[in-house]
Amino acid sequence: MPVSFNFQQNFFQLFGLPEHFRLDNAQLDQQYHALQTQVHPDKFAHLSEAERRMSMQMATRTNEAYQTLHEPVRRARYLLGLRGVDTQEETNTAMPMDFLIEQMEWREAVEEARQSGDVVELEKLETRLRHEVQLLQELLAVKIDDEHSYAAAAEGVRKLKFLEKLAEEIVSAFDTMDN
Amino acid sequence: MALLQISEPGLSAAPHQHRLAVGIDLGTTNSLVATVRNGISVVLNDAEGRALLPSVVRYLADGNVQVGESAQAMQSEDPINTIISAKRFMGRGLSDIRDTLGVPYRFVDAPGMLQLRTVAGVKSPVEVSAEILKVLRARAEEALAGELVGAVITVPAYFDDAQRQATKDAARLAGLNVLRLLNEPTAAAIAYGLDNASEGVYAVYDLGGGTFDISILKLSRGVFEVLATNGNSALGGDDFDQRIYCWLLEKNNLSALNAQDTRLLLTRARASKEDLTKHAETSLTALLSGGETINSMLTRQDFHVMSQNLVANTLQPVRRALRDAGLKVEDIKGVVMVGGSTRMPQVQRAVAEFFRQTPLTNLDPDKVVALGAAIQANVLAGNRSADDWLLLDVIPLSLGIETMGGLTEKIIPRNSTIPTARAQEFTTYKDGQTAMSIHVVQGERELVSDCRSLAKFDLRGIPPMVAGAARIRITFQVDADGLLNVSALETGSGVEAHITVKPSYGLSDTEITRMLQDSNQHAQDDMLARALREQQVDAEQLIEAVENALVQDGAELLNQAGQTRIRASMDGLRAALQTADHQAIKRAIAALNDTTVTFAQARMDKSVSHALGGRKITDLEGV
Ligand SMILES: Nc1ncnc2c1ncn2[C@@H]1O[C@H](COP(=O)(O)OP(=O)(O)O)[C@@H](O)[C@H]1O
Ligand SMILES: [Mg+2]
Repeated sequence: MPVSFNFQQNFFQLFGLPEHFRLDNAQLDQQYHALQTQVHPDKFAHLSEAERRMSMQMATRTNEAYQTLHEPVRRARYLLGLRGVDTQEETNTAMPMDFLIEQMEWREAVEEARQSGDVVELEKLETRLRHEVQLLQELLAVKIDDEHSYAAAAEGVRKLKFLEKLAEEIVSAFDTMDN
Repeated sequence: MALLQISEPGLSAAPHQHRLAVGIDLGTTNSLVATVRNGISVVLNDAEGRALLPSVVRYLADGNVQVGESAQAMQSEDPINTIISAKRFMGRGLSDIRDTLGVPYRFVDAPGMLQLRTVAGVKSPVEVSAEILKVLRARAEEALAGELVGAVITVPAYFDDAQRQATKDAARLAGLNVLRLLNEPTAAAIAYGLDNASEGVYAVYDLGGGTFDISILKLSRGVFEVLATNGNSALGGDDFDQRIYCWLLEKNNLSALNAQDTRLLLTRARASKEDLTKHAETSLTALLSGGETINSMLTRQDFHVMSQNLVANTLQPVRRALRDAGLKVEDIKGVVMVGGSTRMPQVQRAVAEFFRQTPLTNLDPDKVVALGAAIQANVLAGNRSADDWLLLDVIPLSLGIETMGGLTEKIIPRNSTIPTARAQEFTTYKDGQTAMSIHVVQGERELVSDCRSLAKFDLRGIPPMVAGAARIRITFQVDADGLLNVSALETGSGVEAHITVKPSYGLSDTEITRMLQDSNQHAQDDMLARALREQQVDAEQLIEAVENALVQDGAELLNQAGQTRIRASMDGLRAALQTADHQAIKRAIAALNDTTVTFAQARMDKSVSHALGGRKITDLEGV
């Protein structure tokens, strides 16, 4: 299994993976572990300062690459970036009306569950949200890998970003309930 | 030091030669040292056959220092000069210590970290910890009959940057070369996992004397991957003692005890707590300095009631860690119990109920951390290359900087796998602004005032521009010890300003030198002689390594000027060697290291590309 380390390579190339949104997670993990086994600072601890510094840079980049490909939203954003498409998450706020209304409803539901300390309800919301995220990710795969319609994919990323924020709110609601 | 003697990454330059390395569990209550002997990790005992060294240091008026059992025996008699649980004060200011009730010390509030006034002068928690480490180092060097190449020191996974930095400083002060700071639950997982050849997701629940950690790890063939960690660096067995102590005060209508009586009752409280692990009830007796006698009965039932919220407090971080890992209770294949406080039946019951399974206790919870640390130290020292395993750990708390309005902007989120780096761009908010204050914080809260302040520094010399035009790039780099370095760079106009800071809780080299000078002259002479010898050995090895490297790859990887530069730098080091001044040699070594960085990287590329199957890799410009 040829792995190679090159700071010029993109993250897919670094792990020897095809530049697709659909990804074999097991294969990514395997490649990640194989590369870290070569470059991780633990393998260089007994060597010189220069070698240790180099190892830290290689391992840092390997971790960054893994995180980026491992998380679907980041992977999509990164892949679109490679195709020259900016996902405009900060600037483009023109979301479809029905999507925005849906978001409001979600938020209210989470807030209500938080206020009433309803863990069961919050868990239900979390499960539903996970399902939504899954659907959007499948759509992204079609848009990016099959149809190459990157503008539509960028909107998908923006939507997923909303859902991510929602997931964070659910986590923070769980956290306040723990206290 | 084996600079440039690379064959393949991960292989020792001299594989035949066993390099002495140890793992040290520097605990709040007890500390241990372990090493790998003939392939097996073993705890090293003292001359009396004791493995655990109580983390107690007593300062005497004549300048002598007692460490361990002898100090512990004096804790009620001489409470002010006998420091226990110093780990609780590492990297902490006076305002961080919530509860000074029952802590008899004379605190001195110093910038960065509190200090303690003793008969032998003011001591920082770093110095106290260094005394413990020195004893363990001596124990190891005696047992192994040689000098240590280095040590792995364990820290609670939930230790923040200031606490980690303080621990590393203590080790340096004790004359140890720190191969790595290793998280305690991770160390336990190594000892446990390698012992049982386990696969799957495990939780390590570590409740010691002063700290609580929970880590969720995925063990797969040859890889230990920490998925999430959480905890409380101020929760442990000490707090259970406190509950009993408060109960005693109340029951006997006592108030405002002197330091001696306080320490006496806390010691009794701890003994009865431990007694209740085996027995349904226990009696507490004590003779106070005023002549009063205390005689109280405590039942296990009552103790469980008074401590139940402490137990419950450990489950909150457990839930958070699971959530961060994206896992449910049923995903956890086993729960490893670490730390003396997990012997308490109510803790075992609560953990079993939460995880719906009986926790694993087949390794001694007192020793498992040190055993794991020794295994890691052995690898880091370069003693193993075959059947290698990989350890991927995380940072426990998010790192960020202060932005307008006292808000935290997270730059590296918690549970990021280390080493890691993130850069973020900021800009000026006033026309003509030429300086920017950068405040580095750690924690999960929105408000800077609720997070831990790690460092403050100014970036100066920004060329005057209109507001918002400057591009200030702030880079956070966390190394494999979990320690942070921050740099800021103004890139907008091509003019660069650059600064690298160490968090303010860390001691500077001058402070370390000052502390070293405080220790007595004899020890200092030893140290200097040792430092000189080390530098001489390093220098000779380095010269030899560079010579060899030049012979092997000089012509291929360097031009004439490059070779000349390295030769000149090497001559500088040879000259320094004649001076018998270890500082001068150290500087010359650093200079030669600097001159050879590019060469070393080129050689590393060559060797990595060889190891990776012969492909051409790194363009040096991109590094
Ligand atoms: N049998 C026992 N029952 C209850 N607590 C115990 C028992 N044995 C040890 N402990 C407690 O464990 C703590 C020390 O645990 P240890 O893992 O050595 O801590 P640390 O890692 O903080 O040094 C102390 O608070 C001690 O009282
Ligand atoms: Mg411990």
